[in-house]
Amino acid sequence: MADEMHPQHADITEAMWGKIDTVINSNKNIPGSVITVLRECQDIVGYLPLELIDHISEGLNLSRSEVFGVASFYALFSFVPKGRHLIKACLGTACYVKGIKEVISRINKEYQLKEGGTTDDRRFSLEAVRCLGACGLAPVVVIDQDTYGNVKADKVIEKLEEYE
Amino acid sequence: MNKVRTHLMLCGGTGCQATQSKAFQDALEKEIQRQGLSDEIKVTETGCNGFCAVGPVMLVQPEGIFYQKLKVEDVPHLVEEHFLKGRPVKKLQYVEPASKETIPNMNEIPFFAHQMFWVMRNKGVIDPELIDEYIGRDGYFGAAKALQEMTPEQIIEELKISGLRGRGGAGFPTGIKWEFARKAQGDVKYVLCNADEGDPGAFMDRSVLEADPHAVLEGMIIAAKAIDARHGYIYARTEYPLAIRRLGIAIKQAREYGLLGENILGTGFNFDIDIYQGAGAFVCGEETALMRSIEGKRGMPRPRPPFPAHQGLWEKPTILNNVETLANIPQIITNGGTWFAGVGTETSKGTKVFALSGDVNNIGLVEVPMGTTLRTLIYEIGGGIPGRRKFKGVQLGGPSGGCVPEQYLDTPVDYEEIVKVGAIMGSGGVIVMDDNTCMVDMARFFMDFVQDESCGKCTPCREGTRRILQLLEKFCEGRGESGDLEIIEELAYIIKDTALCGLGQTGPNPVLSTLRYFRDEYEAHIFEKRCPAKRCVPLLRFEVEPELCTKCGLCFRHCPVEAITWRKKEVAVIDKDKCIKCMTCFDKCKFDAIF
Repeated sequence: MADEMHPQHADITEAMWGKIDTVINSNKNIPGSVITVLRECQDIVGYLPLELIDHISEGLNLSRSEVFGVASFYALFSFVPKGRHLIKACLGTACYVKGIKEVISRINKEYQLKEGGTTDDRRFSLEAVRCLGACGLAPVVVIDQDTYGNVKADKVIEKLEEYE
Repeated sequence: MNKVRTHLMLCGGTGCQATQSKAFQDALEKEIQRQGLSDEIKVTETGCNGFCAVGPVMLVQPEGIFYQKLKVEDVPHLVEEHFLKGRPVKKLQYVEPASKETIPNMNEIPFFAHQMFWVMRNKGVIDPELIDEYIGRDGYFGAAKALQEMTPEQIIEELKISGLRGRGGAGFPTGIKWEFARKAQGDVKYVLCNADEGDPGAFMDRSVLEADPHAVLEGMIIAAKAIDARHGYIYARTEYPLAIRRLGIAIKQAREYGLLGENILGTGFNFDIDIYQGAGAFVCGEETALMRSIEGKRGMPRPRPPFPAHQGLWEKPTILNNVETLANIPQIITNGGTWFAGVGTETSKGTKVFALSGDVNNIGLVEVPMGTTLRTLIYEIGGGIPGRRKFKGVQLGGPSGGCVPEQYLDTPVDYEEIVKVGAIMGSGGVIVMDDNTCMVDMARFFMDFVQDESCGKCTPCREGTRRILQLLEKFCEGRGESGDLEIIEELAYIIKDTALCGLGQTGPNPVLSTLRYFRDEYEAHIFEKRCPAKRCVPLLRFEVEPELCTKCGLCFRHCPVEAITWRKKEVAVIDKDKCIKCMTCFDKCKFDAIF
C-alpha cells in the first residue's frame, strides 16, 4: 500500500520515503515552509529528483511549477546526484584575491570535474560556493565536513587523494 | 565553593575551527584532567575572538595572556609550564612583525589596542551557549527597561538621539524606520533580523551570532516593543550552521527564562522568535526578496512604495534590521542614545565592525569608532601588506561597493565620506589588494557574481550586467576593442538608474570605481593586450625573462608538473607543452621575472 503512494526511484529507498513523508507532514500547515521542506528532503536523498519534487508538491498542496520554480531559484538545491565527497571551493572575494581560481583549475584538470558537476565514478562533486565567512583563512576549501584553510593549488590534490 | 582559578577562553569561531581548534580543545581538556587540574581550570569555547590570522587563539583569564597559532603538540608543555608551574610560554605568544617584540597581554597587541568593543563586547568573554553569562554582563537589562519602564515613543526617541544607522550597508536611520512601522495600521506586525550576510568577504554578522546571539534577540525584543509586534524571524544563511545552532540554543534558553513567549517579565507583552534558513541566494539579503523567501516563494524583489514598514512580510507592517544594528540596540537603551552619539562623526555615530581580509597581515574582525581612517584600519590594526608587496587598493562594500586607491587612504570611515571617493560603507567587508591584483579581473569577478545572483526579474540587471560581464571577459582574454569602455560606462549608468532593486542599482559600482582610478589598466588590456599585474592567464606568455632571472631555482622547485628546467647558475626555462598555467611560479618568483 505504501509503495503505491511512492514513485519508484533508484536513489530513494522506502526508509527515505518514510522520512520524507514525516518532513512533509510536519510542515504542511506552516505557511511558506516549502523551502524548509525542500532542504530537509534534499538532506535525506542527497539531491532532488523530479519524482521527489512531484511528491512534495502533492504533499504540500502546491502546483508542481511553483515547487520547481522555488527549487530552481535557490543555489542550495540540486537536481543532479552528488558524489560521495562534496568539495566546496569558496569563491568569496578574499579567497579570490588569495588564489582560489588556480585551486579550482587544478581540480578541474586532475579529475575532469567542472563546477556544479560530479565525477563519472561519483567520487567527487565540486561546487563553487559564495563565501563561507572564513576569510581569515583564505583560500578555503571544504571537503565533506572538513574545512581547509590556506589551500594552495599544488597541495589541494594531495588533500583530495585522502578521500576515497 | 568554586575553586576555579583560571579560565581558558578558547576561540570556537568558524575560522579557528578550520585550523583544528576542536582537536586542540580535546587534547587540552584531556591533559588538564590528566594533571588533576580539572577543578581549578575551566576551558570555555567562546565565539569568534576576531584575530583569525593567528588562530587557533586562546585567552588566559584573569591574567589576560594571549596565545596564538596553537597546535595539539603544544598542549603538554603549555599545561605543565603555565597552568601547573605558573610560567607563561613565550614561544606561543604574539610577536609584532615589525619590531619582533613579544607581546603577552592581549590589550597591548596593536590589533586589539586600536579597537573599541561595543557590539563585540562579549566576544571571547562569555560562553555563547549559556544565557546566565550573558545576563551576568548586564544582558537583557535593556529589554527589561524597555518593557517595564518605557513607552514605544520613548524607545524610538532614544534610537533617534543615538543616530544609529543601518549597519547592513544602506545606512538608513533606524529610529525613523521603526517610527514608520509604529505608525502603520494593523494588529499584526513583524520584526525581522537579516542574518543573510551574503557579501563575499564579510563575516561580521556570523561572528556576532556565534559569539553573542542573545544580543540580537534582546535587540529584537526591544524592537518588538517599539513597533508593537508579536512575532519575529531571523533569516539566517544556511551556510552558517554554527550561528544557526547557537541562535537555536539561545532562543530555547530565553524562552525557558520567560524572556521570549507570553507575558515576558510579567509585563503582559508577548513576543517570540523563529529562525528561517536561507537557501543560497544573495538577492535574499534584499529586504523585499527576503520577505518573499520567508513566504516560500522565489526571492524576487518588488518595487517600493509600498515600503515594508507599511506592507512587508505577508503584506503586514514589518521592520527588517541587520544583525549588527540589532546588537547595538540593548546598550543604547541601557546607556542612552546620547552615550552612543558621543562616539563617531557628525553623521555617522557609534562604532562599525569590519571584516579585514585579503592581502593584509592581520586578517580578522575589527571594531572601530566611526571616523577612524582607512589607513589606521589597514596599517595600524591590519599590520600592513605582507611580503614585499605594495598596497594597490581596498575594496569596501563588497559587490555593491568600490575600490579605494592609495591617495584616499586618509578617508575616515563615515557613510558620506566613503561615498565621495566612489565606494560605500557596505556591511563591513574590507578586502585589501596588493600590486599582484588585476583590477580588470576584480571588476570581472564582481560582475560575474552580480550576474550569477541576479534574480532575473528586471531587464536592466538581467541583461545589462550580462553585457558588461561579456565585455570584461573580452578584456581579460585579450579581445578588447576601442569603444568598449564607453559602452560599459553608458550601460553602467543606465543600469544604476533603472534596476528594480539594490543589487542591480549597485552592481555596476565596482566597474565604475575601478574605471575611475585604474583606467590605465583597462587601456593596457584593450590596446596593448597586456595585463600589468600579470594575472590574466590568456595575456601571459609563461616565459622567464632571462635578464631578470636571478637563477635561484625557486620556480623549478615548486612547479607541480615539472615543466621547468633549471640548473645552478642557469636561467630557468618553462616548457610550454608541459605547463598547466597554474601560476605557482609567478607567485613564488621574488624577482617578477616571469611573464
